[in-house]
Amino acid sequence: MRTAVLVAAKDLRIELRSRVLLWQVVPFGAMALVLAGLALGPARAGHSDAAPGLYYLVVVLVVLLMVNRSQGVESTPGTRASIATLGLDPAGVFLGKTLALWVELCASGVVLLAGSVLLLHISLRGSLVALPSVVVTLGALAAAGTLYGALTSSANTATLLPVLALPAFAPLLIAGERSFYAALHAGPLLEWWVISVVALVAYGAAGILLYGVLEES
Amino acid sequence: MGGSDGPVVELERAVVLANGFPLLSGVDLVVERASLSVLVGANGAGKTSLLRLLGGLAALSDGTGQVLGIDLRTGDRRQLRRRVGWLGHEGSFYDDLSVEQNLVFCARALERPLEGIAEALERVGLSARRHTLTRQLSAGQRRRLALAWLLVRRAELWLLDEPYASLDDEGRAFFDALLFDVVSQGATVVLSAHDPLRCATLRPRTLEVAGGGITRGRP
Repeated sequence: MRTAVLVAAKDLRIELRSRVLLWQVVPFGAMALVLAGLALGPARAGHSDAAPGLYYLVVVLVVLLMVNRSQGVESTPGTRASIATLGLDPAGVFLGKTLALWVELCASGVVLLAGSVLLLHISLRGSLVALPSVVVTLGALAAAGTLYGALTSSANTATLLPVLALPAFAPLLIAGERSFYAALHAGPLLEWWVISVVALVAYGAAGILLYGVLEES
Repeated sequence: MGGSDGPVVELERAVVLANGFPLLSGVDLVVERASLSVLVGANGAGKTSLLRLLGGLAALSDGTGQVLGIDLRTGDRRQLRRRVGWLGHEGSFYDDLSVEQNLVFCARALERPLEGIAEALERVGLSARRHTLTRQLSAGQRRRLALAWLLVRRAELWLLDEPYASLDDEGRAFFDALLFDVVSQGATVVLSAHDPLRCATLRPRTLEVAGGGITRGRP
């Protein structure tokens, strides 16, 4: 746990210094939301059932950017070797990177949720009800993203991330979209929450077990 | 073998393969404690691969080897990595952290006292740059930061890949003095260099590397 806190603090400190999330990722997400709103058109934006899906479509683009960024800070050969000689516990590194990514995704997710209220005209109350399920889904996406990010962290495999990760993200996105939809329309939330929580635990466990192997390879 | 009184490094017919290609092809090497060894050789000769093997960063494919008493085939290479200090070709830090933040991260990861950071920065002449972002350092200053990183680590075995690169004459003299001190204090240093004369004043043992093996200076 000490390693996890150390790595998470380091990743968040790097993010605070570089402000990539603030000046690059969030504006990109906001622009994607604007495009989504334009695609729906002003007449349908406030009445469309597509808003939760569009929200998660933008979220997945943001996740892919942030996963690449999270792995990118370690990816130069010199840094990789130096950090390897610190002999950090791989499970702790995985948990730390997942935690930092989760925090960053939550920050982006909240901004995008506010953007969805403005641009896609979804109800504020429904968005607040959906917020806890969004947080859990983002946690599962952070765990899966960190795992797949390690798999594609070298320079010549980084572009494989979307191809490899999207099948893993798909059930999370479906569960997230369904729970968001249920929150907006006062439907049953619990079953979709369970899927997200199970996915969070499963990807967390897989990462703890496999991250060291992926790092070594 | 490799205990507190024995050699720090013992390799016998050590082979390292990368995608089937032999980076090292049967290296025999013994390095005694508190000694300085210099690997010389052309680019691609295998100097970096040998240093990576000694640091637990590359796997031993064949042969036998122990470093700091840890078996390279069956031992915990992560434990070995914690005990060596590595300085590679490239800058080896988080560019978006300050000089001091990089060293704090290193010290906390290795559970070293934070008090050693100010002393290390003072020693390498970077005290005034402690809050500077690492990306804003010159190549020579990054090299000095790498040395501070090694001092904070308090490594038993220093593995330095082309450490004189990017250092001016003053930096080289400073580096020679630093190596002399750490070897005097019981650390073992293995470094690679194109020019063996750089640290001749330290009377190092020179090992010539070519074709993935040690061709001269074999023990």
